[in-house]
Amino acid sequence: MRNIALVLLLMLAASTAHAVIETYEFSSSALEARYKALSQELRCPKCQNQNIADSNADISRDLRAIVHEQLEAGASDEEIIVFLVDRYGEFVRYRPGIDSNTIWLWSMPVLLFLMGLAVMLLQMRKGREATNTVADERADMLRKKHQEQTLND
Amino acid sequence: MPWLSRFLPLIAFFALAGLLARGLTLDPTDLPSARLGKPIPEFDLPLLDSSDRRVPEDWEGRPALVNVWATWCFSCRVEHPYLLELADRGVTIYGLNYKDEPDKASQWLVDLGNPYAETVVDIDGSLGLDLGVYGAPETYVVDAAGVVRHRHVGVVNAQVWEEQLQQYFRED
Repeated sequence: MRNIALVLLLMLAASTAHAVIETYEFSSSALEARYKALSQELRCPKCQNQNIADSNADISRDLRAIVHEQLEAGASDEEIIVFLVDRYGEFVRYRPGIDSNTIWLWSMPVLLFLMGLAVMLLQMRKGREATNTVADERADMLRKKHQEQTLND
Repeated sequence: MPWLSRFLPLIAFFALAGLLARGLTLDPTDLPSARLGKPIPEFDLPLLDSSDRRVPEDWEGRPALVNVWATWCFSCRVEHPYLLELADRGVTIYGLNYKDEPDKASQWLVDLGNPYAETVVDIDGSLGLDLGVYGAPETYVVDAAGVVRHRHVGVVNAQVWEEQLQQYFRED
């Protein structure tokens, strides 16, 4: 029982272990919240798929420092993102703006949904036609049977 | 068109296979620089081993490589001999000593040879930041007008020079 408690405690510790090394002082908790949101949403240019909040890369540390510095200097989220995109390209955003490169990325979910919907509707119509034919045949058969019976009587 | 619906899965398969095959040949670490086609960012930095300073205009007039390096960067040591060779062949290379200790950087050039026409010292990495540097070594092609034409991340070797960089130095 004691072992289980210990394991659970260690698991709790593990969830905080991946947090980044340095801590920043913020003049307000609103700034801190914005810092957290921004650093989750900005992508480390060096690593292929990590946000700057999770990454140990030097460049991520630098970018976190910039985000902190600019937040304290009164910059808006928008301004900070534009500042970084000017230097590192749309790659640094996990939600890139729409341009000729990213139009497929953004439009694909809608296109795929519409394609799926079209296929589904087609199949349903085909299915209904098939059912109708089967039903018609069955009705014909029953009618014939009925006629035969009445003739026999 | 009944034949179409019969072959649709096959067509879809080849389309997907083609897409994935292309994905395999692409290098996901090859990020286009956000500075392509734009002038090299403003800077005013001291030269290594000198009290002089340099601004972007000082480097205009001929195409050059701007090589981002540091003594802490292992791959920089790997590419160094090839940079010396390029410099020997008359290619102008400017060094950007990135987040380094100037003493160590000077010693490095004494020990290994100096391929750079000039080296500016970017201790806090501010020019690196404005250029969009995310790790050394990186090499930029800057044309005679001071516009960034190409960025290569990683070691410059004969293949990289021939395939990517040389074209900007042809005189015609």
